[in-house]
Amino acid sequence: MKNPQLNRHGELQHLLTTEGLPVRIVRDILDKAATFLDAGDGREIRKVPLLQGKSVFNVFFENSTRTRTTFEIAAKRLSADVVNLNIGSSSTSKGETLLDTVDNLCAMHADMFVVRHAQSGAAHFIAQHVAPEIHVINAGDGRHAHPTQALLDMFTIRHYKKEFHNLRVAIVGDVLHSRVARSQIHALTTLGVPEVRVIAPKTLLPTMVENLGVQVYHDMTKGLKDVDVVLMLRLQNERMQGAALPSAQEYFKYYGLTEEKLACAKPDAIVMHPGPMNRGIEIDSSVADGPRSVILSQVTFGIAVRMAVMSILAGAKA
Amino acid sequence: MNIHIKNGRVIDPKNKLDAQRDVYIAAGKIAAIGTAPGGFAADRVIDASGLVVVPGLIDLAARLREPGYEYMATLESEMDAAVAGGVTSLACPPDTEPPLDEPGLVEMLKHRARNLNQAHVYPVGALTAALQGQELTEMAELVDAGCVAFSQADAPLTDTRVLMRAMQYAATFGFSVWLRPQDSFLAKNGVAHDGEVATRCGLPAIPVCAETIALATMLSLAQQTGVRLHVCRVSSAAGVEMVRAAKQQGLPVTCDVSMNHVHLSEMDIGFFDPNCHLIPPLRSLRDCAALRAGLLDGTIDAICSNHAPVDDDAKQLPFAEAEPGATGLELLLPLVLKWAQQDQLALADAFAKVTLQSAQILGLDAGHLSVGAAADVCVFDPEAWWKVEPAALKSQGKNTPFNGLELQGKVRYTLVNGQLVYQPNL
Repeated sequence: MKNPQLNRHGELQHLLTTEGLPVRIVRDILDKAATFLDAGDGREIRKVPLLQGKSVFNVFFENSTRTRTTFEIAAKRLSADVVNLNIGSSSTSKGETLLDTVDNLCAMHADMFVVRHAQSGAAHFIAQHVAPEIHVINAGDGRHAHPTQALLDMFTIRHYKKEFHNLRVAIVGDVLHSRVARSQIHALTTLGVPEVRVIAPKTLLPTMVENLGVQVYHDMTKGLKDVDVVLMLRLQNERMQGAALPSAQEYFKYYGLTEEKLACAKPDAIVMHPGPMNRGIEIDSSVADGPRSVILSQVTFGIAVRMAVMSILAGAKA
Repeated sequence: MNIHIKNGRVIDPKNKLDAQRDVYIAAGKIAAIGTAPGGFAADRVIDASGLVVVPGLIDLAARLREPGYEYMATLESEMDAAVAGGVTSLACPPDTEPPLDEPGLVEMLKHRARNLNQAHVYPVGALTAALQGQELTEMAELVDAGCVAFSQADAPLTDTRVLMRAMQYAATFGFSVWLRPQDSFLAKNGVAHDGEVATRCGLPAIPVCAETIALATMLSLAQQTGVRLHVCRVSSAAGVEMVRAAKQQGLPVTCDVSMNHVHLSEMDIGFFDPNCHLIPPLRSLRDCAALRAGLLDGTIDAICSNHAPVDDDAKQLPFAEAEPGATGLELLLPLVLKWAQQDQLALADAFAKVTLQSAQILGLDAGHLSVGAAADVCVFDPEAWWKVEPAALKSQGKNTPFNGLELQGKVRYTLVNGQLVYQPNL
């Protein structure tokens, strides 16, 4: 089966998922992102004309402020024209099908779509139906994938830990419903992380998750033992209604990241979170704001990584 | 009209026949196999040299989409598709709009089908009013109108007391109840098998226990009520095993599988192919192997097309939003051949699953070529290759997981009651 993300030259045509993404492309993206960060403290991002004259459409069928904003900033730093469309998942009920929406946007001469949709596979679907010169970036599709989030996480890990081959990484929380977790797992295994763990109650883990190449833990103190990186996931409130969890309090007690539980990890372990955080539910404020938290760096790096993805896509041959 | 089908390889599972024979048809019935009956004068001679002559296929689940879903398909289009696929009898599930829960609707459907003068249509009546799972339908009246069995199609029946009553009532009259086992709570919002692919793709999943729990319920109630139970579209290894055990205990239960599930697994979803969004979900390779084993050892009695034509607009959507279902009437025969070849099965045994045994589940004296039987016959070219593509299909539904695949086996003639109802322009 043809890899839908690559063109016939083996270059990145769309970024839909980190699964099956060649390691050379992952490394290219991380290296390219580094060039956008100021050499000084690595926090300033330069403005470059790489996407001058191109238009990037942020097409969000599902609400998001943070991801959309960082994509917008990234596109503007690349000198692209940015159009934001918050379509909301209700548009289909107004009679326009997803394909009609996509056709209309293509007719507006977009060069790149940044797409978020509540359905798994929506980005693949759109990528299959756009004109060949248009690039699609998946900004989150259902529970399936959120590749730029995972790539910025990899960038952050590399920034602090330098290498991947000697790391032990734990992903904590609602893996079942998380597109971030799936993309993180594929990115980590692609980059050669030897031990990836997931820590969650059984109600928040998908069937056969171990087949993705992870070790399963249900106990935080065991799962966090000697890890180098802790990747926290956001817990959606509706999980309490779906009988997946009894209460936020109990969840916090057993799976919330506190100083005490973090003490099981390596002394120099870093803590990450894709945001927005639920303080007191999945993470304690003292950890979120503490010395091992690199959560705000993730946000800054996210802009550089999204710039890298967009510039690499724009450079790909049609 | 007297028809003489000569030089064909005649396969008739009931009469254990697989040999070159001539078939003589008179007055709509099989007049003789082998030598012409005295005084037989053919009005038409069909040269079946190199072709195979089988009883017309009997499909236990073909949605014609009428009444109510004419934008998906019409009786005309799907009846054309049936005979083009060599299907001469079909049972249609009650999930129309409105559902087949009133005698008038059934009579209308039978009447419209009869006027088309093609395949025989056997409506399966709704087991409960509007398929809501609360009140019983007028089953006896529905049978008088032409229903052959009762079913919930894919609608849930969660109230087990209603289910028991429905079975008791059906058993009173000797009617059979056809149910697809799926627990609606466990299956809620699910679109794919709860396994590796759904986990990877992040698709809401339906676990195997949704099937086994429902199956346990219906088998217990069947035992309790003595109803003739037909288990529709079994999809998992565990489900097959339960049916096998029930049969060993002597329960009067029969079972079918969809042709899609004989050939496909969750792996075929690939990159979210909406054509593989099916009911029940495509399960693991292990389940697929168990379904095939169940067919071989007789646990699964019949194969159906589970024909469910869907309009393009409803299919051109992300996987979970795409309307489930696939066209199948015209693929049943070539896919039976493919299965028989893969599992090295004698054609007579393979065709029994889509002729004789499906007729027995329907309670019909059909699906065979005995002298005196209605001359429902399919003549096909076992060697001819064709490519599955929209233009090649008569069905208004063009979506199938087999799109683009080359299949072997093409229908050349279809006869219903001794009338030639299909013959392609070659």
